[in-house]
Amino acid sequence: MGFKAKKVEIEAHELDMTPMIDMTFQLIAFFMILINFEAAEQDARVVLPSSALAKPPEAPFESPITIQMTKEGNPVLGAELYADRKALMPKLKNEVYVLQSQNSSAANATIIIRAHKNCKTGDVQDLIKVCQEVGFEKFTLRANEETGY
Amino acid sequence: MKLKKVKGDKIAIDMTPMIDIVFQLLTFFVMTLKIATAEGDFNIRMPLAAPRAGPPDPNQLPPMKLFLKADSGGNCSRVVMNDSEFSGGDRWTRLHNHVAGIVGDGSLAASAEVELVCDYNLHYSHVIEAITAVSGEIRDGQIVKLVEKIKFSPPVSP
Repeated sequence: MGFKAKKVEIEAHELDMTPMIDMTFQLIAFFMILINFEAAEQDARVVLPSSALAKPPEAPFESPITIQMTKEGNPVLGAELYADRKALMPKLKNEVYVLQSQNSSAANATIIIRAHKNCKTGDVQDLIKVCQEVGFEKFTLRANEETGY
Repeated sequence: MKLKKVKGDKIAIDMTPMIDIVFQLLTFFVMTLKIATAEGDFNIRMPLAAPRAGPPDPNQLPPMKLFLKADSGGNCSRVVMNDSEFSGGDRWTRLHNHVAGIVGDGSLAASAEVELVCDYNLHYSHVIEAITAVSGEIRDGQIVKLVEKIKFSPPVSP
């Protein structure tokens, strides 16, 4: 008695990867559009206070300069941390020179202050005073837009 | 003369490296994505020149001084304006109503000014709460402005 074992041929199924590649390209395009390399404008050490009235400005500021302040009262300008407000003065004078070279002035520039919610108010006022000594006149305090959720 | 027919073989391009690079790019963008909340601004007046001497403008309200006192921890312990003290959980709402009563129907909003007199160690978040209370309110999804001119008094170091 002999048994004959039948050869069963198993067909190899190939997965069509085209939709997956399409979705991957879609995701890349999505993230490329969203990506923002302006990390210097938003320091992770600074947690802004929230306000229901904080709305984005309708028109962009003329010559905006963003100065951030940590919880300890140290100013941050251009992603560089300074020991105190006085140490910021040479950098602010540089900014004024740049503005003058562009036929503008410190009076036309707007200082945007992004201060940590728990920093001392006096530190913020001292920062404003240092900026005034260099010639800046316009200031704006930045806060997070308070949402209902 | 016989002409040979040359059969063209299909050339299969190996897509594996391209897919690898695509996934690398995707991972890079996912890692560098940072979700940030929208931010808004409050403009403050900090003029360099001292106010000019002379008789006050009768059409202009005198600056309203808002005193914010802090405790040892930097929290806001007292809110005082025009000899009226505001305390409790709804102090900012009552402060807003008080300012609205002074400014009136909004006709004086452009000339009304609030001067913030804050303790040095007061937490900055309370200043923003005070500015929010006196600046206006949201009514039917629109911002109704109350006081547009806000300034700080000179800081007093501890």
